[in-house]
Amino acid sequence: MTDVLSGLEAGFAVALLPLNLALVMGGCFVGTLIGALPGIGPINGVAILLPIAYGLGLPPESALILLAGIYYGAEYGGRISSILLNVPGDAGAVMTTLDGNPMAKRGEAGRALSLSAVASFCGGTAAVILMTLFGPLLASFAVKFNPSNYVALMVFAFASLASLVGKNPIKTLLGAVIGLMLATIGIDANTGVARYDFGVPDLLAGIDFLVVVIGLFGMAELIHLVEQQVTGKFTILPIGKSFVSMADLMATKWTILRSSLIGFFIGVLPGTGASVASAVAYGTEKRLASDGDTFGTGNPKGLAAPEAANNAAAGGAMVPMLTLGIPGSGTTAILLGALLLFNVTPGPMMFQTRPEIAWGLIASMYIGNVALLVINLPLVGLFARMLTIPQRYLIPLIAVLAFIGVYSVVGNPFDLFMIIGLGIFGWVLRKLHFSLAPIILGFVLGGLFEDNLRRALSISGGDWSILVADANSLVLYTLALLVVAVPLVLSRRKRMALDTEA
Amino acid sequence: MKMLKAAAALLLSTTLAGQVLAADIDHPECIAPAKPGGGFDLTCRVAQQGLMDTFGKPLQVTFMPGGIGAVAISQFNTTRTDDPNAIVAFSSGSLLNMATGKYGEWTEKDVRFLATAGADFGAAVVQGDSPFQSLDALMEAIKADPQAVVVGAGGSVGSQDWMKAALLFKSVGQDPRKMRYVAFDGGGDAIAGLMGGSIQLYMGDVGEMVAHMGTNVMRVLAVMSSDRLGPPFADIPTTKELGYPDAEWTILRGYYMGKNVSDEAYNAWVAAFEKAYADPAFAALQKDKGLMPLNMAGDELVASVKTRVEKMRAIAMEAGLIK
Repeated sequence: MTDVLSGLEAGFAVALLPLNLALVMGGCFVGTLIGALPGIGPINGVAILLPIAYGLGLPPESALILLAGIYYGAEYGGRISSILLNVPGDAGAVMTTLDGNPMAKRGEAGRALSLSAVASFCGGTAAVILMTLFGPLLASFAVKFNPSNYVALMVFAFASLASLVGKNPIKTLLGAVIGLMLATIGIDANTGVARYDFGVPDLLAGIDFLVVVIGLFGMAELIHLVEQQVTGKFTILPIGKSFVSMADLMATKWTILRSSLIGFFIGVLPGTGASVASAVAYGTEKRLASDGDTFGTGNPKGLAAPEAANNAAAGGAMVPMLTLGIPGSGTTAILLGALLLFNVTPGPMMFQTRPEIAWGLIASMYIGNVALLVINLPLVGLFARMLTIPQRYLIPLIAVLAFIGVYSVVGNPFDLFMIIGLGIFGWVLRKLHFSLAPIILGFVLGGLFEDNLRRALSISGGDWSILVADANSLVLYTLALLVVAVPLVLSRRKRMALDTEA
Repeated sequence: MKMLKAAAALLLSTTLAGQVLAADIDHPECIAPAKPGGGFDLTCRVAQQGLMDTFGKPLQVTFMPGGIGAVAISQFNTTRTDDPNAIVAFSSGSLLNMATGKYGEWTEKDVRFLATAGADFGAAVVQGDSPFQSLDALMEAIKADPQAVVVGAGGSVGSQDWMKAALLFKSVGQDPRKMRYVAFDGGGDAIAGLMGGSIQLYMGDVGEMVAHMGTNVMRVLAVMSSDRLGPPFADIPTTKELGYPDAEWTILRGYYMGKNVSDEAYNAWVAAFEKAYADPAFAALQKDKGLMPLNMAGDELVASVKTRVEKMRAIAMEAGLIK
């Protein structure tokens, strides 16, 4: 414990140097803007700026602090276009659209933006505190989380999502199946066999997650907006001067706390990140909330849950990187590359050999979270005014940004056609009253589920009992069962109580 | 003034001489058939910096992602078969894709292999406290029961990583198809799997073990090269010296050109690379990029690629990956 405190003290001494303070603030601000742009998320934000940070000739701890600031900033910024435009700014912000955008449509854009900023702050800060206290312990647990445990985690995620969104369960399931089907395209990760590529070489590597999100969500939303404009159904959104109230915070405090914990633990696991974390947190809160049936119509809890979770997951993903030298997410893989670029070897030795980097980075996360809250709250009004831009300028602007975003990540013109195709497909699905979130979740969870199921079976040599062979899995299966059964039992009891009264 | 003109003329003539050496190569370009930031990007950067002096300007690096390199090879077999300016980065992974038909109709016969950028080597890695403290102990166990050890790596069945494990299995007469092989999503996840005990043997590359050398968390049993490597890997025995000479796996990085490129242009490129290989700065460049020296250009590389692809095809065929 004294180690932790003295390390943290030394870390703050590094992070509070004027240069580093300026870098974390600047990184957070740029990151927020990058995250707010549809398509450009934390991964490409950090990847694009890595050569610049290197070129500035900064000492390694400063460069890393700058990049990490961009990383958290982008996680914060992702919520902005989700709420205002119904276009997720990055992958972790998909769930934020479900309740954030309806709130904005009610004229509560300011309230939604400020509440989500506070939720992000709490999630991010909780993650850093947990990391400081239990980092090495958690990391050694995280690597013990084996493929069959991941299978159980995915079962739990599916269970908590089963009646997640949309009024029609059949359409929710169909959506998830479409997502699963999209996830099977490309070279099979296990056997190397090309699946459903129809002889198109551009499909061999599969469809990038970003392409699916931007296509199905972004493009479909834009087509929808244009359609409303053309048919004259378009109504200008009211912009109230709303802001988060104390009552909102009191109503969502347990949601934020639980979601922060869920997000952090899922973030620590290598291989699962912000998108899985926010989905599980959203599903859990929907089940637990007394007003769960209003999730999806602009419930502040439905907004706070995914935002707290995805920021906590971003912090959690740093744990295996710092303590073991294993990247827990795509973005931390790039940060890891940055460390190696500076001749710093990440892993357990880093806390001994280069404490100024390890602890300086951790201290900068505390500062970064405060900085982001301070930057984001006053800007809420400004961001909300984005909605007053006339649609004829806004729609093409978003379209251009989305295209640039996708092209800057994958650099293949074929994917630009893909997002148009997926956009039209998404628009048709919307016409048929499908909710698009289950498709995205089916895509993410399905891919992870399949890969890990097959890994588990390769380990056991085809013996299915490996799936229930250890305690982690059994706990998760029990939770999955509870999540499905408890609401059913409760509603039956309620009905029986009503019957006996009558 | 006259002096200046004469100096300018002299300068011009030397530049022209440089141009003659480079045949009709007026805007040299290296195509990385992937997104920025990966191994192909790195391969092109080696050419960009290494050939700077020869061409008098840096090569332009162009990215052409799509289909794990299939998009680039198909372009160089349709519209750019004789482009004297462009070289395309390849790796042993690309060779394996050619050998197993992942690039459709295009195979190793459809391009002209030019030169190498450098190499990395396969490595057999176990946990620090693994019961297998030597390669021999591990091979004994595999020989006794091919299912005794769970092997994992970052690639699918049939990938380079799987091939490395298959070669070890074949060295002790075991059928690679009986191997318990776990395909992870990249080396990082596979290392996590090794540390967590999900797998007992990780087939990685020696270059990525730099961060883990000297810690007791992981142990490199052997490097799959024929000669010992330089520091920090000098203490690791090779598969060859341990008595498994067939279990050699070089991760080759290099460049190819279109198959109808003129001999003049091709030879100019070969000469450019051979000139660079002779320069000590090139070795420093390779080290800087995390590559180990393995310099081959022209016919030597063509012959080497031919035997490699044949070897890969034989293993893939034997394992039932291709018919």
